Amino acid sequence: MILDAFFFSALLAGIGIALAAGPLGCFVVWRRMAYFGDATAHAAILGVALALAFDTAVSFGVIASAVGMALAVFMLTGRGLAIDTLLGVAAHSALAFGVLALSLTGERGIDLEAYLFGDILNVSMRDVGLIWAGAALIGSLLIWRWSSLLTATVSEDLARAEGIRPDRERLILMLAVALLVAMSIEVVGALLVTALLVIPAATARSLAATPEGMAILAAVLAVSATSLGLVAAFIWDAPAGPAIVSASALGFGAVGLLHVGKRIHLE
Amino acid sequence: MPGMSDTMSLITARNLTIRLEGRTILHDVDFMIGEGEIVTVVGPNGSGKSTFMRALVGALSPARGSVTRRSGLRIGYVPQVLHIDRTLPLTVARFLSLPTGRSKSEITAALTETGIPPEVAAHQVAALSGGQFQRVLLARALLGDPHLLVLDEPTKGLDQPGVAAFYLLVEQVRRRLGCAVLMVSHDLHVVMSASDRVICINGHICCEGAPVVVSQAPEYRAMFGQGTRGALALYQHDHDHGHDHGHDHSHDNRPGHCGGDAP
Repeated sequence: MILDAFFFSALLAGIGIALAAGPLGCFVVWRRMAYFGDATAHAAILGVALALAFDTAVSFGVIASAVGMALAVFMLTGRGLAIDTLLGVAAHSALAFGVLALSLTGERGIDLEAYLFGDILNVSMRDVGLIWAGAALIGSLLIWRWSSLLTATVSEDLARAEGIRPDRERLILMLAVALLVAMSIEVVGALLVTALLVIPAATARSLAATPEGMAILAAVLAVSATSLGLVAAFIWDAPAGPAIVSASALGFGAVGLLHVGKRIHLE
Repeated sequence: MPGMSDTMSLITARNLTIRLEGRTILHDVDFMIGEGEIVTVVGPNGSGKSTFMRALVGALSPARGSVTRRSGLRIGYVPQVLHIDRTLPLTVARFLSLPTGRSKSEITAALTETGIPPEVAAHQVAALSGGQFQRVLLARALLGDPHLLVLDEPTKGLDQPGVAAFYLLVEQVRRRLGCAVLMVSHDLHVVMSASDRVICINGHICCEGAPVVVSQAPEYRAMFGQGTRGALALYQHDHDHGHDHGHDHSHDNRPGHCGGDAP
C-alpha cells in the first residue's frame, strides 16, 4: 500500500518543496514576511480560477498570479498604507475573488478543497519534475545571493554602504516565495502553505547559533514533517496539507517543551 | 575644507538636499573630507546629522545635488541604530563576516584591537551589552581596512567612562590605519581633540571651525575623568558664512540654535 505510485510522487514532491521551504522560510521569519506568503497563496487560488476561465494550464495560472501578487506588493510597499494593511486587503480580496470565480465555473467539477488544503492524488510525475526544478531554482538563488540577502536583512543601511541594493534583494526573496507557493499549492494547499515556510524555521530558531545553521536545520525539519505528514495522510486518507502542517506543529511544540524543560532543569 | 580640491576629497557633497517622506531634512549642503582628516559633526536633535551620514555612505539618495565618493573608496560605517531581530541567530564572528567573509585570525585581531575578548566571537550579537555592541560595530568597520570611518553617534547610550574609552579607542585605531574619520557627536561640548574640523548642522551646515584642545581646562577633564588623557576637547568655532544672529555660544542643544532655519 505504502509503495503506491501516488504516494511516491507525493513524497518526492513534498521533499522537494520542503528542501526549498526550510531555508526560504528563515528569511520569511527574519523579515516578517508571513503575511506576504498568505497573500501570494491566496492569489494562487485566483490563478486557478483564471486558468480555468481562460482554458490554460492550472500551473501557469497559479504561477502567473502568485508572481503578479509579488510584483504588485513590491511596487505598492511604502506608498501610504502600512504593509500589513496592504497585504490584508490584497490577500483576502484575491481569495474571495478566487473562490467566487471557482464556484461560478462549478460545472467543470473543480474540487476547491484540493486547492485549499492540498491533495496527494493531484500530484503527477510531471508535477514532481516541475517542483524539483523550482526547488533547485530557489536553492540556487538563495546560495547565490546569500551574503547580500543576509546583510540586507541585518541592516539596510549597512547593506547600502557596502554597495548592496536592499530593494533588489527584497524583490528576489518575494519572487522566490511566490514561486514556492505556486509549486506547493497542489501538495499543501493555499491556506496552509505559509505554515510550511514559517513553522520549520521557527522550530529551528532555538536550536541554531548561526543563520546558516538555522537554514539547514529548517530544511531538515521541513523534510521530516512533510514525510511524516504525507505518510499519515496516506494511511488515514486525510488531506495532505493539514497532515504536514500538524506534523510540523507537533515538532515545534516538542522543541518548545524541550527548551522549557532544559530551563527548569538548569534552575 | 578651504583649498581642498575635488580630486583630493574622499567624499564630496554638492548642494546636497535630502527629503524623507516629503519633508526636507537637509538642504544645500556642500561638504568634502580629505585623506586622514578628522571631522566631527554636531547639532541639536533632529538637525539631520544621521541623515547626512546616511546620504554620504550611500544609504539615502539625494533629492537634489550630488554625493561623489572617490572611486574604490572603502568606508567603514557604524550606524547609529542597528536592531538585530531576535529571530535571527547571529554570532559575533558571523556578523563580522557580513557581507565579506573574514578569517578567524582577522576576526580575532579586530576584536582584540577594539578591546573585546576573542571568546566573544562565539557569543550571540543580541546578548551583547550596549558598549560591547558598539565595539563590535567598530571592529566590523575596521575589517574592511577603510579609507574613511563614518561613526554615527557611536557613544550613544554609553556612560561617561564608556564614552571616553570609546573615543580613545577611535583615536588609537585611526593612528594605526591612518584613515579619515567622520563622526557625529551628540554632545556639543565634547569632541575629539584631534578633530581637524567641527561642522555644526541644523538642516544645513550653519558653521564650521577648528576645535581647541582643553588640556588646560580642568573642569572638562574632571567631568570625563582622567582616563581620557586629553582625548576630549572643547569645541570653539567661527561663523564663516555670515548669518551670525548674535546668539550666545553656549551650545545647549536648544532647537533653533545655529539660526534654526531648517524648514
